[in-house]
Amino acid sequence: MKIMNCPLNGPRNISEFTCFGPVHDALDTQSISDSGWSHYLFYHENKAGIIREWWRHTPSNYFFIAERHTVTDEIVATYSPSELPRTESKS
Amino acid sequence: MPLTLLKYGLKRDHVPHREIPPTPDLKRHYDVVIVGGGGHGLAAAHYLSKYHGITKLAVLEKGYLAGGNTARNTTTIRSNYITNQSIRFYKEAVSLYENMSHELNFNVMFSQRGQLTLAHSEATLRSFHLRAEMGKHHGTRISVVDPRQVKEICPHLNMDERGQHEIVGGLWHEDGGTARHDAVAWGYAAQAAKRGVEIHQRTEVLGFDKVGDRISSIRTSRGTVSVGHVIQAAGGANEHVAKMAGIDMPIRCFPLQAMVTQPLKPFLDTLVSSANLHTYLVQSSRGEIVIGGGSDPYQLISTRSTLVLKEQLAHGALQLFPFLHNVKLLRQWAGITDMTPDYTPIMGASPLKNYWLDCGWGTWGFKATPVAGKYMAETVANERAADILLPFSLDRFEKLALINEMGATAASH
Repeated sequence: MKIMNCPLNGPRNISEFTCFGPVHDALDTQSISDSGWSHYLFYHENKAGIIREWWRHTPSNYFFIAERHTVTDEIVATYSPSELPRTESKS
Repeated sequence: MPLTLLKYGLKRDHVPHREIPPTPDLKRHYDVVIVGGGGHGLAAAHYLSKYHGITKLAVLEKGYLAGGNTARNTTTIRSNYITNQSIRFYKEAVSLYENMSHELNFNVMFSQRGQLTLAHSEATLRSFHLRAEMGKHHGTRISVVDPRQVKEICPHLNMDERGQHEIVGGLWHEDGGTARHDAVAWGYAAQAAKRGVEIHQRTEVLGFDKVGDRISSIRTSRGTVSVGHVIQAAGGANEHVAKMAGIDMPIRCFPLQAMVTQPLKPFLDTLVSSANLHTYLVQSSRGEIVIGGGSDPYQLISTRSTLVLKEQLAHGALQLFPFLHNVKLLRQWAGITDMTPDYTPIMGASPLKNYWLDCGWGTWGFKATPVAGKYMAETVANERAADILLPFSLDRFEKLALINEMGATAASH
């Protein structure tokens, strides 16, 4: 079984976690164009390499950041959102 | 057959008949290059060569013919969608399948046995009523059925009365069916090859050269060719290929897993699916039970399978047909799906003048093989997107004019 290291609860079974998709920059709602909205909503990173995602440990409802390789499915790092911005791991 | 075997078996210089010719050398120029030798690309090659007289055409395939998602899908053909644009499009797909063996002079084993989607709650039933009315409006055969009718259509189902997954009704889609996926791809390939279309297997696209807003040539692992038009139909690699052409796509890749059991005597003559259980089942003509479901819960660009998903599929299958509990699994696999935000494909024009998209087929592409091929061919021949494809254009995301089909997948993803 796959194990994920929760920054709050330690190593837990992957079935206890839910993925909430890629992390992206906060939106400046005052100045954004229609096309900007479209990109914010629909265009996400799809690279073959390490991406940064929001995950939740479901039983404790704790949200955190995970860096995961999209080809090997290796979880490279997990940390609290308070550590953002943080330099991404090298792919 | 045995006599022919004897006749040719003893002949020294007999050259066996090959439907698909071996990969030739690349020419310097093609009027149309299709990136991706799966069902969609080959269908477009067939329609372009047969109905539009374009035969200076090459299909480039990185791997082997139809070895990507064409080989990995679970061959469901249906038109029970929820929006006008989709139903109109997929209805034509179903009718093209009805005539496909004749069109290709190749038995694609189309079996129009009907698809039964199960409801385990009143909320699901309400959405079924909407889908049924939309379908009827467009003239497809679709209706909501009660538990008694569900039992008549599929007597072996576990109705789970008063249980957690009680079947409270179903969406019965008589037009639904299945076909042999390899035969579909090979039929199109054979027809196209007969008219001079070149199929280049093991030929990877490495990049595109542009002049202004047009693609001038394609760099491949076997040399560079200049092109008139390009059709991109690269399945799981669509986002990657588009990026090489400088086009951003709202696509993310997720694996989709499936498996088959050992062959059993025929007992299941419909396609059965349950969105709540994320599972669907169909018995193949060999007797194997094909079990498919929703895609993986997080993105991956890999065809690796996971035990978690396989267990989920088995759980769903056993809930519906408990007597399968000691049946052995024969094969299991995964494919890479190119998922769009609205569960609807992206077809037609791109920001480049001579580059045409047939992308974002996610988990629902096999059923559209003939209709996408037909209209992509028309699009390239006329140098403008066919009318029926206009709602599916890439710029719908900029216009915020999405076509939401999330609820109309066979097993919600």
